[in-house]
Amino acid sequence: MIKMSLNGKQVELDVDSSMPLLYAIRDIAQLTGTKFGCGLGLCGACTVHLDGQAVRSCVTTAAAAEGKSITTVEGLSNDEQLHPVQKAWIANKVPQCGYCQSGQMMSAAALIASNTAPTDSEIDTAMQGNICRCGTYPRIKKAIKEAAKEARADSLTSASAYSEQESQVSS
Amino acid sequence: MNNTILTTKTETELAVDRQSSTVRKVSRREFFAITGATGAGLLLTANTTANTTDKPTNAATEIDAAHLNVFVSIAPSGEVKIVCHRMEMGQGILTSTPQIIADELGADWSKVTAVLGEANSAYGRQGTGGSASIRLHFDHTRRMGAVARTMLEQAAAQKWAVELTDVKAENHTVRNMITGEALGFGELAEAAAILPVPDKTNVSLKKTDDFSIIGKDVALQGVKDIVTAKAIYAHDIQLPGMLIASIERPPVVGGRVKSYDASEAKKVAGVVDVIRLKDRSYPVQVQPKSGVAVLATNTWAAQEGRKKLKVEWDLGANQTHNSDEYKKELKRKVSSPAKKIRSVGQVDSHKFNQRNTLEAVYTMPYHHHMSMETPSATALVKNGEADIWSGTQSPQWGKSLALQELGLDPEKDQAKVRFNTTLMGGAFGRKSKNDYTLEAVELSKATGKPVKVVWTREDDVKHGFYHSIAANYMKAELNDKNSCDYWVQRVAAPPIAWIFNNDSTYLENSDLSLGFADVPFAVQNMSFENQEVSTHVRTGWVRAVGNLNNQFALGSFVDELADKAGISTIEMWMNLLGEDRQFNPREQGFEGYTHYGQTVDKDNTDYVLEIARFKRVLNRVAEEANISQELPAGEGWGISVGYSFNSYVAAATKVRVTGSQVTPLEMHTAIDCGLVITPDRVRSQMEGAMIMGLSMTLESEITVKDGAIVQNNFYDYPSSRMNQVPPMFVHIIDSDYAPGGVGEPGLPPILPSITNAVFHAIGKRVRDLPVSQSL
Ligand code: FES
Ligand code: FES
Repeated sequence: MIKMSLNGKQVELDVDSSMPLLYAIRDIAQLTGTKFGCGLGLCGACTVHLDGQAVRSCVTTAAAAEGKSITTVEGLSNDEQLHPVQKAWIANKVPQCGYCQSGQMMSAAALIASNTAPTDSEIDTAMQGNICRCGTYPRIKKAIKEAAKEARADSLTSASAYSEQESQVSS
Repeated sequence: MNNTILTTKTETELAVDRQSSTVRKVSRREFFAITGATGAGLLLTANTTANTTDKPTNAATEIDAAHLNVFVSIAPSGEVKIVCHRMEMGQGILTSTPQIIADELGADWSKVTAVLGEANSAYGRQGTGGSASIRLHFDHTRRMGAVARTMLEQAAAQKWAVELTDVKAENHTVRNMITGEALGFGELAEAAAILPVPDKTNVSLKKTDDFSIIGKDVALQGVKDIVTAKAIYAHDIQLPGMLIASIERPPVVGGRVKSYDASEAKKVAGVVDVIRLKDRSYPVQVQPKSGVAVLATNTWAAQEGRKKLKVEWDLGANQTHNSDEYKKELKRKVSSPAKKIRSVGQVDSHKFNQRNTLEAVYTMPYHHHMSMETPSATALVKNGEADIWSGTQSPQWGKSLALQELGLDPEKDQAKVRFNTTLMGGAFGRKSKNDYTLEAVELSKATGKPVKVVWTREDDVKHGFYHSIAANYMKAELNDKNSCDYWVQRVAAPPIAWIFNNDSTYLENSDLSLGFADVPFAVQNMSFENQEVSTHVRTGWVRAVGNLNNQFALGSFVDELADKAGISTIEMWMNLLGEDRQFNPREQGFEGYTHYGQTVDKDNTDYVLEIARFKRVLNRVAEEANISQELPAGEGWGISVGYSFNSYVAAATKVRVTGSQVTPLEMHTAIDCGLVITPDRVRSQMEGAMIMGLSMTLESEITVKDGAIVQNNFYDYPSSRMNQVPPMFVHIIDSDYAPGGVGEPGLPPILPSITNAVFHAIGKRVRDLPVSQSL
């Protein structure tokens, strides 16, 4: 049994401790927003937040999440109030097939949480672990800047609400 | 929990309800309810026929695959649901097809929801490939909307007791032009539903000037589901009691299991069963590759169990295939005369003047689709019936193969196989083949349990249907007008037809029509030749198919000719293209020319090539990119242009080369795809093509050693990352030609634009891709 906080809820998952967190989330907790792309930490499709940090859940064991706070794309926002990253993704029509986008958004949200004015090269650095085979990078970059601006401008956005929730959960 | 499983009392049918993100059992009646026809509303089965067989609408023709049949439903609330029968893989068809219908319908886009269609021949052709969803179905898709609009107008006219010509549908209402009264679509739906469906040939279509949704950047369908993780892909299907299968497949095509030991695999916690898949025979078709499957209660256990399998293979004859040697062989082959497929004037007796003659051989390696989502499908086979979920470009083909697999009658037993579709996390041609779907069917049948087959990335890389490795030979003699009078082209590449017929050793006319023998140059003497080859891996359709190697060779060669003549590349293109005219390859020595199955003759001139359109995109891209600007040493612009899927695309790329390092600095694409339905999705396809083109040209390749694919994952088949992508710009030409394809035509010209840029930066010509192996 691995205990963790998953999107703000305490859960106990009956998994082998060596099972990658990705499969604990997808197959056992049945949250399928987190995607499989490579299984080797190369593509970022499986990105989740572990205590607020973007991690690749395919190369993070379930055991490493014991007692930690995990946020998946399902926990990024609630339906009424989308995360600034999600809003910017819609406004810029970022997704093509959409498959990589939960991982992209989780990496972007982690970046913005620590840096509300990222430069192009800071965005490149934070995002180069996330592959989009459809080729949505120019839009992702633009959307991140917009989302960061929103996070910067409005202290009451869901981004800050989200990081408050994060810190509460992890405290 | 996001993906809950609801099991209702109706056992008749399973479907994925994308609205509530649930997988549940629903009845057929309910299926329509999902699409919005809530009893009283209008559920329109609008039949229009494909352009070749113009039959009237009736129940009997609904199962005729030549017919296009889209379900439009209007609820009393006015909400319109449109079934998008074409499959969504990122190209945006889930928006574009409904957009066409909604415009003709006179709907308010904000009240339209698209629903992905299941496999059903009543919809007409669903195979989504060849950039055809709009190119081939535009008119008929419009008629879907027009038929529904006419019914609403008829209902309103009856209500007001006025002539049909006195009412007009727009913006989700029908207006009485005499009194100014208006009725909402929802208010009319019930009355409209009981009217006979008008003959689609008698409905009026909008004038293109009156389009209010077509050509506009409307809100994308499904995008909120994607960003809130409610969208369902094939990997996301969850059923009660489901087993996950991970399959060890023979590393070589034609290989078989000699023996296997599953004792250790079965000890892994969570592993439920180990099953040997049945052997399959040639031709390989789109069958599973056989092998040994480990089935477990979760993906991790299945993969861990698989690692413990001990399998001995009988590798078969293809284990002698090595792509390095094979490539050399292809190069040798194209260097000697081959089977003529197009001949203009007289080249054979010409003595080429060596001083003015340029001769070159270009090669392209095997390539893989590498869609982000690996293949996956789920099946539940029970009591001789099956429910299937697959992310596939070919739902109907998949369904007919499943019927065959289960020994069911292809016609009479249609209802026994329910083939549900999901979004695809990319496909690029890979998911037109249903081998993975059939694996799920085979394993569910064997276990009696729902089985989801999940491919690892390594499975995907090693068991694909690859773009054919190819060699293209070019030879031309320059004349004193900086053009050419003599021209020879040869190609050698394993034909895709081989998978269906293993006696096939030549590329077919349809392959040769992809930028090879349809070269529209004003050159008086030309010869186009096709060389015989053997095939040893599964070849398949990869985004833009043969246009990739053919446009790479042609675009590079024109650049080389320009350099030899001492003129600009764009001038050389203009000289070779010659005067503005229509070019029909069939009348220019290439009788076998076929435009993806479309005949080109006096009655169908949609598919003749327009020289002016080549020039327009070339000029536009050169101007927008300002390619004649002075550049620092080590930097250069490269351009190219191509025609495919009835669209014209020119590309310009600027690079900096330092040592063997190529850094792209800026990229442009200009496209003339005729009338544009969704401008933003044209842009996104062009952006995606530029980005895919970068890694395809610079660094990735599939190689084969002893019959087995060498590459494994993103570390050895790299795909462009954000930091490797320069600023990029898309220019769409205003055009009222018939709509052309968009998903594929953007990719081919990118390849030579990059290698030409490398040449203009440092004077080094790359004739063998990828660049990383040549610099
Ligand atoms: S699936 Fe985890 S990084 Fe690719
Ligand atoms: S949107 Fe398809 S992989 Fe990124």
